[in-house]
Amino acid sequence: MRQHPRNDPFLANVGRIYGTYAGGFAVFVAALAILEQMGVPDRIIGYLFVFFTLAVYAGIGFVTRTVQVSEYYVAGRRVPAVYNGMATAADWMSGASFVGLAGALYALGYDGLAYVIGWTGGYVLVAVLIAPYLRKFGAYTVPDFLAARFGGNLARLIGILVLLACSFAYVVAQIYATGIIASRFLGISFEVAVYVGLAGILLCSMLGGMRAVTWTQVAQYIVLIVAYMLPVAILSAQKFGFPLAQFTYGAVLQDIAVLEQDLLARGLATADTLKPHLAPFTSLDPLNFFALIACLMVGTASLPHILMRYFTSRSVRDTRRSVAWSLLFIVLLYVTAPAYAAFAKLEIYQNVIGAGLDALPQWIYTYGKLGLVDICGAHAASVDAVQAACAGTPGNTGVLRLPDLAIDRDVIVIAMPEIAGLPYVIAGLVAAGGLAASLSTADGLLLAIANAMSHDVYYRMLDKRAPASRRLVIARLLLVAVAVLAAYVAATRPADILSVVAWAFSLAAAGYFPVLVLGIWWRRCTAAGAIAGMIAGFGVTLYYLAMTQYGGMAEWFGVKNISAALFGLPVGFAATVLVSLLTPPPSREVQALIDDIRKPSGGPVMRDGPL
Amino acid sequence: MNGRAETPERQYRRWWHRTARLAAVVLALWGIFGFAVHGLVAPLNTLAVAGFPLGFYMAAQGSLIVFVILLFWFSSRQDRLDREAGIAEPDDVREALPR
Repeated sequence: MRQHPRNDPFLANVGRIYGTYAGGFAVFVAALAILEQMGVPDRIIGYLFVFFTLAVYAGIGFVTRTVQVSEYYVAGRRVPAVYNGMATAADWMSGASFVGLAGALYALGYDGLAYVIGWTGGYVLVAVLIAPYLRKFGAYTVPDFLAARFGGNLARLIGILVLLACSFAYVVAQIYATGIIASRFLGISFEVAVYVGLAGILLCSMLGGMRAVTWTQVAQYIVLIVAYMLPVAILSAQKFGFPLAQFTYGAVLQDIAVLEQDLLARGLATADTLKPHLAPFTSLDPLNFFALIACLMVGTASLPHILMRYFTSRSVRDTRRSVAWSLLFIVLLYVTAPAYAAFAKLEIYQNVIGAGLDALPQWIYTYGKLGLVDICGAHAASVDAVQAACAGTPGNTGVLRLPDLAIDRDVIVIAMPEIAGLPYVIAGLVAAGGLAASLSTADGLLLAIANAMSHDVYYRMLDKRAPASRRLVIARLLLVAVAVLAAYVAATRPADILSVVAWAFSLAAAGYFPVLVLGIWWRRCTAAGAIAGMIAGFGVTLYYLAMTQYGGMAEWFGVKNISAALFGLPVGFAATVLVSLLTPPPSREVQALIDDIRKPSGGPVMRDGPL
Repeated sequence: MNGRAETPERQYRRWWHRTARLAAVVLALWGIFGFAVHGLVAPLNTLAVAGFPLGFYMAAQGSLIVFVILLFWFSSRQDRLDREAGIAEPDDVREALPR
């Protein structure tokens, strides 16, 4: 299983393929820019963007199709570290990161940086504590490891339940995001757009499983990172003559601080409506700030669709290196997000707040019509609508004040090209990037869910003698079934979907982290201990989430439920340790297995299929 | 004879001890840059770097850059430990391909 077939034309030429692809993409964007100058309507540009990128992903999905089990589940374990890093970065950064994070930073200022720190620092835990050892073990899925280390199918079953709980709501949210983006840029109804997104997702993943998803994710990363960095780079070049916004926005922050004082002095904002952008702990108190960082970090290190990506690298050494590359590629986006927030805030404080109600910039109305910008409590659809709404607002004297303006957080990234007065082609690029971000994450999540069902439930638990061909058929059928179900749920526009996604991190953290870490690092950890730990950690977290959200329970110590794992994690660790110490130590075979997964040399512990 | 039979086992234990120590060092740095530094945000904000208040900068960029460097350092350091203990994986020719 381990030898590397050298006759794989795709892998042999991977550098050339992606070099050509990146160059082709640049030419494509330039061609669309020329078409726009020639008077081709915006709508056609939007169509071309969406369909061209989808066609390329589908093409890669088709070229990398496979009929081999190990290619389907773990891309044959021969993805080079750098490419696995890009694929993981695309897998990791969801539609919400892409369009929502900058908006959250705009609204929360310094406190929003808890997301930036939490969503990057977790990779240190992945690299040091977990991923290399799971790679050495040679699992196809995370529950596979739990079953081998913790004596059988009960641990596997609980692992599957944790996986489903934290992945399904997440994938629904991704398909929802593809629907929103596709409907906004293609002008089709949301319900139809959801199924267009679904088609895009299935085209990438159905024929080639992990192998196809890996290589489409690399292509999607290139689109999303270019789309994210370009608008703010142009903005920075316009203002400072230097395109690296990540370095120049320090000056913007100073301007914002001056403008904040100015707005207060002119009576356009009051001390309780204006949160200074740089001041810490105005929205989150220190306890919640650090609790959120901790839960996001530990959650990152426990999300099955992320851990699964590191099963595909060529060696344990490559796995470690590949986590470092992943983080580098992820950090490129996360250091750009605060720059977005700063440039947007400067624009709004400078040109929007304090402007006459009849002299607001055009983009306010564009997004007001979509219901994303409210002024004086009503959608800012037109000059008349704004004036009518503000006439009834006490204290308004025909000039826009800070408390009158409410902006949906998605607007910051989506509207940036318009705010900066850039051509429509840049807006189309941003849409393609948002689509790439949500498609790639949806692909990874769907594969994690479908693989757990086909590999763990069907093959390992129901039919241990199933031949490879039948396993692959089942895997594909389940993939389609899960995808259709998720699209169906997304099309109903579930109200709470975004808050449920934030829960995924806490549920994964409390359910998986203690047993993964102790299972690798503590020999004495027993099956009974792990089962108790997973149930207790996951149970406490779920109870806290459900009771504070729906049961009307007061928060414990004032900890917001987005950080529910703050309680679930210690309970999970304590239960695992206590029950382990009360039960007899693991068998000699399990001890040998632990030694084996610690040592990098010697090939994977678990081998698949007919030995 | 006895000493010779013991060697791989002892070598493995020493390697694991070093591995655990390296993990502890990395996690300590992770704790400092993930949490401790941001507890000092108020005093750090009185200093400025390239126009950024330092406390804000650490949360928006500094810690992230430290994490990236930390991981590249960790992976090369761990690789060296593995090689010294003779339990690294064999080098694959294909590995050298896209660095």
